[in-house]
Amino acid sequence: MNIGVLALQGSVAEHLKMISSVNKKIGAIPVRTIDELASVDGLIIPGGESTTLRRLLDSFKLYTPIKERIMAGMPVWGTCAGLILLANRVEGETPYLSLLDVDVKRNAYGRQIDSFVGEGDFDNMYINMVFIRAPKITRVGDDVTVLAEYDGTPVAVRQDNIMATSFHPEMTRDNRVHKYFLSMCGKE
Amino acid sequence: MAVKDDKAANRKLLNRNLAQMLKGGVIMDVTNAEQAIIAEQAGAVAVMALERVPADIRRDGGVARMSDPKMIAEIQKAVSIPVMAKVRIGHFVEAQILEAIKIDYIDESEVLTPADDMYHIDKTKFETPFVCGARDLGEALRRIAEGASMIRTKGEAGTGNVVEAVKHMRKMRTQIAEVAALQSEQLATYAKDIGAPLDLVRYVAKNKSLPVVNFAAGGVATPADAALMMQLGADGVFVGSGIFKSADPKSRAEAIVKAVAYYGDPAILAGVSYGLGEAMRGLDVESMNDNDRLAKRGW
Repeated sequence: MNIGVLALQGSVAEHLKMISSVNKKIGAIPVRTIDELASVDGLIIPGGESTTLRRLLDSFKLYTPIKERIMAGMPVWGTCAGLILLANRVEGETPYLSLLDVDVKRNAYGRQIDSFVGEGDFDNMYINMVFIRAPKITRVGDDVTVLAEYDGTPVAVRQDNIMATSFHPEMTRDNRVHKYFLSMCGKE
Repeated sequence: MAVKDDKAANRKLLNRNLAQMLKGGVIMDVTNAEQAIIAEQAGAVAVMALERVPADIRRDGGVARMSDPKMIAEIQKAVSIPVMAKVRIGHFVEAQILEAIKIDYIDESEVLTPADDMYHIDKTKFETPFVCGARDLGEALRRIAEGASMIRTKGEAGTGNVVEAVKHMRKMRTQIAEVAALQSEQLATYAKDIGAPLDLVRYVAKNKSLPVVNFAAGGVATPADAALMMQLGADGVFVGSGIFKSADPKSRAEAIVKAVAYYGDPAILAGVSYGLGEAMRGLDVESMNDNDRLAKRGW
């Protein structure tokens, strides 16, 4: 099995390292081209700046191939910026992939000085959650399962083959959320 | 006490983590909200708000200080990406002011006129992260020991000449390789020789990298310059005067963003370099007076 990490900008190396830490036999592939996208069984859209990622996905014509793969069932996981790119609605902005039935608000927790580490349950596992200038999920659609909440707000959600977190499991030493995503990919 | 220590440890991590989010990206100098919007739309991962770009500071002379908070606030309002701003070396009150207006990152920068000829800011006293310039491993580790969450090469700002940034990046890489090859009993002497704390030298020896992200800065003017710095091992690139001192800032900004994302692909680099118009004029660093070299500031 090969798992890709969209490698245009952001916490790419951290995700690749986490994938390898779960299982060395799984290929951890940086994805920058259509060919690389075709070679993976699941895709992580990492943390970074969503405006930068949008710009580069458009310029290098990756929007349609990625959207088609996800619609065809490829498991995808967006962390932070990745959540923004997947959401159906983004406050004050045109949504991008519009594949996940949630509303999000960018930088809703504040500026860098307001970034924080929280903790809570994710699918019955107690984990640390690293929030960095994080987006907030302000509405969750009927077909969306909430996997984790923090302070009464959903911070990890899943809709079929699509998962998104407003926090960054790749910034911790705990690879259980990555394990969860890899198990989603195993079922494809 | 344990809770307080936890909080400080978390803050240190969160501040280093934000720099990790910026990796593979371009941070652009902007002097007003209009330029900040151009930078954001071109795909910058952050902007550096300052009143004059380094090339103009160089030309105008005089004392260069922190920017007016009003101007910084206008830029914060105009864009959704992180906003950074510069303070003078050692000027911890300028840093307090930037923290009060919730700046995302503070650059304790040699581009401004130093306020203290002996000491850098004790950055561990701040919640806001700092980025600092360095010419070699010792300087980088001294800044990290003082609390910097991100390092950049100094290069030679405002020259449009990448030679010094290349020199600093290569020096850093060479020294990291040197440290990694040493026996453990040699590390203390090496730490003393480069004037760096032993625990950080040990970290470098073990991990073969700095404990924080390392960007390139100082003299990057073209997409090829940016990709050169990435291929030499930079995690991302700061572009100062290079964009808004060129003939077509918007196209150049977009081209440099693409060049950093696809730094290893010459066909893409050729494509983005095509027909960009004139780059900033640039200065020959060799012919400069030592007094004109900004990289000499800081210690």
